[in-house]
Amino acid sequence: MKIHLTSIFVDDQAKAEHFYTEVLGFVKKHDVPVGEKDRWLTVVSPDEPGGTELLLEPAGHPAVKPYRDTLVADGIPLAQFAVDDVRAEYERLRALGVVFTQEPVEMGPVTTAVFDDTCGNLIQIATKPE
Amino acid sequence: MADDLFKALADPTRRTILDELAEQSGQTLFEICGRLSMKHQLGISRQGVSQHLAVLEAAGLVETRREGRYKFHDLNTAPLRHIAERWPVPDTSGPEESTS
Repeated sequence: MKIHLTSIFVDDQAKAEHFYTEVLGFVKKHDVPVGEKDRWLTVVSPDEPGGTELLLEPAGHPAVKPYRDTLVADGIPLAQFAVDDVRAEYERLRALGVVFTQEPVEMGPVTTAVFDDTCGNLIQIATKPE
Repeated sequence: MADDLFKALADPTRRTILDELAEQSGQTLFEICGRLSMKHQLGISRQGVSQHLAVLEAAGLVETRREGRYKFHDLNTAPLRHIAERWPVPDTSGPEESTS
């Protein structure tokens, strides 16, 4: 068994497509219309085009809002991404206007930071030393 | 005052939380939990950390604020002044070398 795809709820798929590709730097993999306005929209890392896909899933279900609002208030991220250098990525994203709820902190073996994806979620980035 | 303050300070985990907030004020619950587990190897559940924070907040040592959709915790050391007022600290620059 392996993780082929994982998903994250987004308020607005067009906005999410912009943020996850233009700002974060992922690459769009699949974009298929589903139903009236929804899309099967996935992105992958440019470093691993055949790697795990991230599905940007519409957040319309009534359970999603209270679930995410509570997690966001406590600063709990819904996804974690690996980066080469958290501090460099922090500076790059902050220059693009991304809001961080946790600045880079060395936590034992890893350095982490947490930002708002503007689509309703907090995302953690982490660097592990080689 | 006193009782809440001393009860809050009596626990080593809560003192560690205060240390971490002294290093960086304005942390989310997630960041505090991360620091306790990753930096201090304290395996406490989020609920446990929440309860510790509630005790610190009741003693006035931690204050929370909402900023947009996020909730941050700040350190407030002002209540500690009560201790120095009750048992005043001598105001000398070099306590070891008092030349009389």
